[in-house]
Amino acid sequence: MNEYALIMRHEDGSKIASPEQMQAWMKQTMDWIGGIAVKNKFVGGTGLPFDGASVVGRGGLVTNGPFGDIKETIGGFITVRAESLEEAIEFAKGCPVLQGEGNTVEVRRIAKNDGTH
Amino acid sequence: MQNELIPHLFRTEFRKITAVLCKLFGIENVSIAEDIAGETFLAALETWTYKGLPENPTAWLYTVAKNKAKNVLARNDLFQNKITPLVQSGTSDNYLPEIDLSPQNIADSQLQMLFAICHPVIPTEAQIGLALRILCGFGIEEIATAFLCNKETINKRLYRAKEKLRTENVAIEFPPEAEITKRLQPVLTTLYLLFNEGYYSESNNELLRNDLCLEAMRLAQMLLDYPPTNLPAVNALLALMCFHASRFEARKGDNGQMILYHDQDENLWNRELIARGAMHLNRASVGEHFSRYHLEAGIAYWHTIKTDTAEKWENILHLYNHLLALEYSPVAALNRTYALAKVQGNEIAIAEAEQLKLSNSPYYFTLLGELYKGIDNQKALENLHMALKLAKTQADRRVIQVRIDML
Repeated sequence: MNEYALIMRHEDGSKIASPEQMQAWMKQTMDWIGGIAVKNKFVGGTGLPFDGASVVGRGGLVTNGPFGDIKETIGGFITVRAESLEEAIEFAKGCPVLQGEGNTVEVRRIAKNDGTH
Repeated sequence: MQNELIPHLFRTEFRKITAVLCKLFGIENVSIAEDIAGETFLAALETWTYKGLPENPTAWLYTVAKNKAKNVLARNDLFQNKITPLVQSGTSDNYLPEIDLSPQNIADSQLQMLFAICHPVIPTEAQIGLALRILCGFGIEEIATAFLCNKETINKRLYRAKEKLRTENVAIEFPPEAEITKRLQPVLTTLYLLFNEGYYSESNNELLRNDLCLEAMRLAQMLLDYPPTNLPAVNALLALMCFHASRFEARKGDNGQMILYHDQDENLWNRELIARGAMHLNRASVGEHFSRYHLEAGIAYWHTIKTDTAEKWENILHLYNHLLALEYSPVAALNRTYALAKVQGNEIAIAEAEQLKLSNSPYYFTLLGELYKGIDNQKALENLHMALKLAKTQADRRVIQVRIDML
């Protein structure tokens, strides 16, 4: 069984959500995670709040927020156990982030720590 | 009156005397402490029967226990060489340590023993056994009944655990402030399992089972009474216990059979315990840390409201989502699926349930049977029959049979 990172990408992270939207979104996210955890396939994960986000560039140049030249930002990620890439993709399809236009979930296998990758 | 008084005193005083003496003699001499406490009660039984009750039975017991302990200390070479020098001020050859049976020292000794017993070197099952014996004053026979095994097994288990405490030289002391949270984890696990042992045990001895739960609650309260361990997770654990314990009366049928949650008369639920649980849950909701006990207490809280509402089941589902993300367990997986059915309907829950891969669990098929009811009764029956085949206890088989008969 491999572990996969499901990385949630937002098309435009600068959009401000209302508290009600946030609440609804958090609930949907927990429902999604619960649906994975109920199969004992959830490993961990976290949201990545946008406020206070900074980007450190070459030469130590610091800019506020990840939304300068690139609009797209990472909103969070979770790690799951899956028998196959297909199963991990199935999990990703349920991610509520996908309800937002232009948003994506990137599925990446996590390198095993045994030298085989 | 005497017939009731002695068992009562035994239950409340045996553990106090034992804990104080353990603390005094050191972990390697737990058995000696138990023996002295046991002999004290034997002496009480012999003396009181003929001479009547003393004015203050507890004080009488303490005096006798102190004298017996002093005799052991004076007589025993081991103590002469090992313990006495430690406490000797060097002024007198006959100096014996004071045996302090004050409420404060009793409380401290019991708490310190709780931490010693729940040391990670001891297997959890043995921790529960030791806690029952030393901190709750249960007899070997009672412990054996609770665990559904024979006295021999319990004796061996406790003996090995005591040996382990001795060889590992576990100290009877409060953990340092910085380690409290870490050392508290196994203590809370033991109390949680002790409570569950009583709550879900297959033993028919109703009284004993309730006692196990009450003892777990008493020990949790003891932790709360000690400021450094008065922590949110401990409050959450006690809240959880209170909510469950509130249903003791309601779940007991006239013929001793178990009455399931949905069939219980909620008028029999103990409102006082529910209120006490709510108070502790309130106190638990401070700080950043969020334990599984918080989540389970939250789930238990919603179950104290009998009426099915959308709000109730959405909250329960949400809490199960968190609980599973924190720590997977098959029971939580099944319960989450049931909550999902309540929120999103049986069809969706069936589709989820089919993916759970718990096909060696009777509860899994009972759940499927329940979900298929009214949708496909044939399938409901098939699942319930499967559950019946896998069920391990008589009580479970009875519950499943009732459901089959209802279809």
